[in-house]
Amino acid sequence: MKQPRHEAQSAASSKIADNAEEHLCIRDLHAYYGESHILHGLNIEVWRGDVVTLLGRNGAGRSTTLRAIMGLVDKRSGSILLSGTETVQLPPYRIARLGVAFCPEERAIFASLNVEENLMLPPIVGTGGMSIEEIYSLFPNLAERRKSQGTRLSGGEQQMLAIARILRTGADLLLLDEITEGLAPVIVERLSEVIALLKQRRYTVILAEQPSFAAPLADRNYIIEHGQVVEEIAAEEMEAKHELVESYLSV
Amino acid sequence: MDEIFGFPPQLLFAQIFMGLINGSFYAVLSLGLAIIFGLLRIINFSHGAMYMLGAFSAWFGLQYLGINYWIALVLAPLAVGLFGLLIERTMLRRIRHVDHLYGLLLTFGIALILEGALVQFFGVAGQRYPTPDELQGGINLGFMFLPYYRAWVIIASVVICLVTWLIIERTKIGAYLRAGTENPDMVQAFGINVPLMTSLTYGFGVALSAFAGVLAAPIVSVSPYMGSNLIIVVFAVVVIGGMGSLLGAVITGLALGVIEGLTKVFYSEAAGLVIFMIMIIVLLVRPAGLFGRPE
Repeated sequence: MKQPRHEAQSAASSKIADNAEEHLCIRDLHAYYGESHILHGLNIEVWRGDVVTLLGRNGAGRSTTLRAIMGLVDKRSGSILLSGTETVQLPPYRIARLGVAFCPEERAIFASLNVEENLMLPPIVGTGGMSIEEIYSLFPNLAERRKSQGTRLSGGEQQMLAIARILRTGADLLLLDEITEGLAPVIVERLSEVIALLKQRRYTVILAEQPSFAAPLADRNYIIEHGQVVEEIAAEEMEAKHELVESYLSV
Repeated sequence: MDEIFGFPPQLLFAQIFMGLINGSFYAVLSLGLAIIFGLLRIINFSHGAMYMLGAFSAWFGLQYLGINYWIALVLAPLAVGLFGLLIERTMLRRIRHVDHLYGLLLTFGIALILEGALVQFFGVAGQRYPTPDELQGGINLGFMFLPYYRAWVIIASVVICLVTWLIIERTKIGAYLRAGTENPDMVQAFGINVPLMTSLTYGFGVALSAFAGVLAAPIVSVSPYMGSNLIIVVFAVVVIGGMGSLLGAVITGLALGVIEGLTKVFYSEAAGLVIFMIMIIVLLVRPAGLFGRPE
């Protein structure tokens, strides 16, 4: 128990050293699925160690933004700088190797793999990832069910697995798409603890979420509408701009 | 015991044995088809032609380059596998985003071109490939005569199927493959070079069928159409076993070979039909196949 925690701390303190580094810079991003043009010149800037949320109605382009960063759209243009490296032309597997990990809305737990195989599947792409012992102590349910088929888990457990899976890899930019969707309040509570822990360890996290879950965790919130950022709201402004946020999100 | 169900046991065992040999080829070929279908979602109609190419390269190697059977057993699958890799890179990749039916048509076209080209050079008459010296002869087991070479075919097929299955079910590479079969995008988002894995998978599936081709060379006559005669039955085997299941493909292949052999004993007129009749029944009762999961 003590050993991995110590390791993680030293990894975290090394992250503090490059505090003010720009981690992700998106300029004029356009993204397409087939013929549909989803993102229309989106701009986002994320500093290392930030927790940022993308808010917006369904279909506004939040998921597409995350998928576009990962390279999982049919076509994209503009610029996506990852720690200064241009990635807009790279295939997803090269982007992943730069330390980006994606947890999709549908969770994508593999039915033909058991829990442990699901957990061990993503290759290590960076230093400072959590050890398997650390992950199991963070998510004890997964340890108990390590030999179960991945899709036999409950929805909450599957979500834990989908997140745990990318914490092992050492990726330091985590893209989490609607991780609380359809889950019981007690599990949502657990997930917010996990995000708080990630923040404490200075992971960079981008959440596509509902404001009720995301706002207390986030350093900054982007409101997305029609594939563009229409409002950027810092954490301390959220309360004052409550009505503005509501007006963007109400149907 | 002189007779079993009114048939001399020698005949019965001989046919079961013949069935096992055919079943071995069905198993290796349908395993390759199932692996390719899993990741590429392409029904590889050139699979029979690759089997034929395997046998032909062994024959060509022996005839013109003095390459013996054992070396051919390694080299021919490698060469045909490389050829398959090239086909995937240059052709199949380009049609990945369109309907999978196009993949079927393209691979069917490739099969016709390969067969046509070999007919052009070598004619339709079969070539003879000698049994390797080490496996000449056989042993009389009392109830039947067991030729060594044919026993070797069964053992080699079962071993290669088992090894393939273990690689896919028990190794990391296999886990990538299984995951990629389910959700290639997500596997790619983890940092795996899925396009490369796809090429290698196609190459490997095709190499398996070339391996079967070399195994078959001393038993059947090596001719350009040897694959197309076999592949229709193999497709029926895959349909019966279920497209997605690897172990299902192997078990179904062996079992149907034996059933076919037994039909020869009991009602030989139906031997050519029995697999297709089973296919029809399975399609009606369990459309996803005996081992398949409905999608």
